[in-house]
Amino acid sequence: MKMVSTVSPLTEGTLSIFGRSPDREGREIRQRMGVVPQEDNLDQELTVKENLVIYARYFGLSWSAAKARADELLEFAQLADRADAKVDPLSGGMKRRLTIARSLVNEPELVLLDEPTTGLDPQARHLLWERLYRLKEQGVTLLLTTHYMDEAEQLSDRLLVMDQGKIVAVGSPTELIAEHVTKEVLELRFVDGTPTELNALGHRTEQLPDRVLVYVDDGDAALSHMYNEGVHPTGSLIRRATLEDVFLALTGRSLNE
Amino acid sequence: MSDAGSTLPTGSTPAVASRPSFAAGVIPSGRSSLWHFLEHQFSRYRTTWRPTIVSGLISPVLFLLTIGFGLGSQIDDTSTLGTDDYAAFVGPGVLAAVAMLQGGQLGLWPTLGALKWEGTYQAVLSTPLTATELATGHILWIGFRITVGSSLYVFVLALFGLVTSPLAVLAPLVAGMVAMSFAAPVSAFSASRDSDEGFSLISRLIFTPLFLFSGAFFPVSQLPVVVSWISRVTPAWHGVEVCRHLINGELDPLNDLIHVVVILAWILTGWLVARRTFTNRLSA
Repeated sequence: MKMVSTVSPLTEGTLSIFGRSPDREGREIRQRMGVVPQEDNLDQELTVKENLVIYARYFGLSWSAAKARADELLEFAQLADRADAKVDPLSGGMKRRLTIARSLVNEPELVLLDEPTTGLDPQARHLLWERLYRLKEQGVTLLLTTHYMDEAEQLSDRLLVMDQGKIVAVGSPTELIAEHVTKEVLELRFVDGTPTELNALGHRTEQLPDRVLVYVDDGDAALSHMYNEGVHPTGSLIRRATLEDVFLALTGRSLNE
Repeated sequence: MSDAGSTLPTGSTPAVASRPSFAAGVIPSGRSSLWHFLEHQFSRYRTTWRPTIVSGLISPVLFLLTIGFGLGSQIDDTSTLGTDDYAAFVGPGVLAAVAMLQGGQLGLWPTLGALKWEGTYQAVLSTPLTATELATGHILWIGFRITVGSSLYVFVLALFGLVTSPLAVLAPLVAGMVAMSFAAPVSAFSASRDSDEGFSLISRLIFTPLFLFSGAFFPVSQLPVVVSWISRVTPAWHGVEVCRHLINGELDPLNDLIHVVVILAWILTGWLVARRTFTNRLSA
């Protein structure tokens, strides 16, 4: 992310943004880009609105244009009533929305978002997703990193799964699900351990400490087939496969820190 | 994609009309980015300038009152000072010595704070501003602040009748330069540190002695030779001399020019190193 935001030099490989080199044309690239860092770095000495106005000035907007732009963005970020407040007393969600608003002062073509909703409550996350979705609809390219697979599924057209700094899969959320897992997942619990009959059914299964995941295309059919074959779980749940399943299938379940 | 932003939030016309044209590659000039940085600092300053100025003024005025007038009343022989009034000797000298102290202090905690703890400097690097411009603006801003504070102190000196030359209006500028000549190398150092470990030590073991040996309170010729040379190569003494000459009107053109050149050399060297350490710090 830091390399794409032209802050860090390249460690290896090549990088081109808007067809320009981040090493030599960082200024030109940043002029057309917005950056939302992982940690909000708003200016605590300035008010909410000043944070937008002063930032907009750096991109060459006149004072009046910067103020008009700030007013628009305060509406967009639902912060208009806090315009003259200091930054510090704002809630986490508000600070995040202000940071995102700040990244939009120059009407960027590309916005980098580094874990935009980490640490936010569900209401704040959903509001943020809705705003980001609106941006996307207006044609702004969003490049975001996240550990939340529901966020990735909500917001991304194209997804890149990284593990230990390597790309392990690329595609749309539906493509990745189709490619790496099945349509549905059957979660089964047994009292006396997993019966051997289950393995004989030939489904791909994954044994977890408390339950077994069975990857199938039709959960209902697979479950009734099991009952017929004499497999009687004490609990069962059929759910749609998610990106989380894809992620765990690709990167494993052990903590890799 | 290029007209994406025009409908972005509520799409009111003023912002559309004034939005920068991306496709044409309209880029603000380097100078304007630096200008915007100073503008930014000035906006921050608007909310804090009163306490900042008052606290900045307290220390030189205290030195003037306690040392200049207080201690001065106990001094009979001022023949080595070139004036018969000790307060007229200390008052102008303290201007530069305090500027050095304040510049040095601003180069420590506030610098690492802005670079590391508060993230304010990282934030502005997402704009067209470059790390070099940031380092430049950082040093210039310190110079500006100290110049403003120094102007008030010179005004206080005038109230006490210690200003005897109109050239005194230039003294705050020299004080601002002295502040930068310390702030630049000290900021460069701070930017290379991961924590403020050792900052207090630097303040006590480097700034305080340099302050005391700056020639503000007694001529450096009174110092042991080794110590007097430390004073002669560091910028504080040079600033003390020039400020004193500007305020009492007894210019020594050649020497004063040399003093200014030494101060400028420190600013330049510090700035060159700060560019590098700021860039490294902010790209890590």
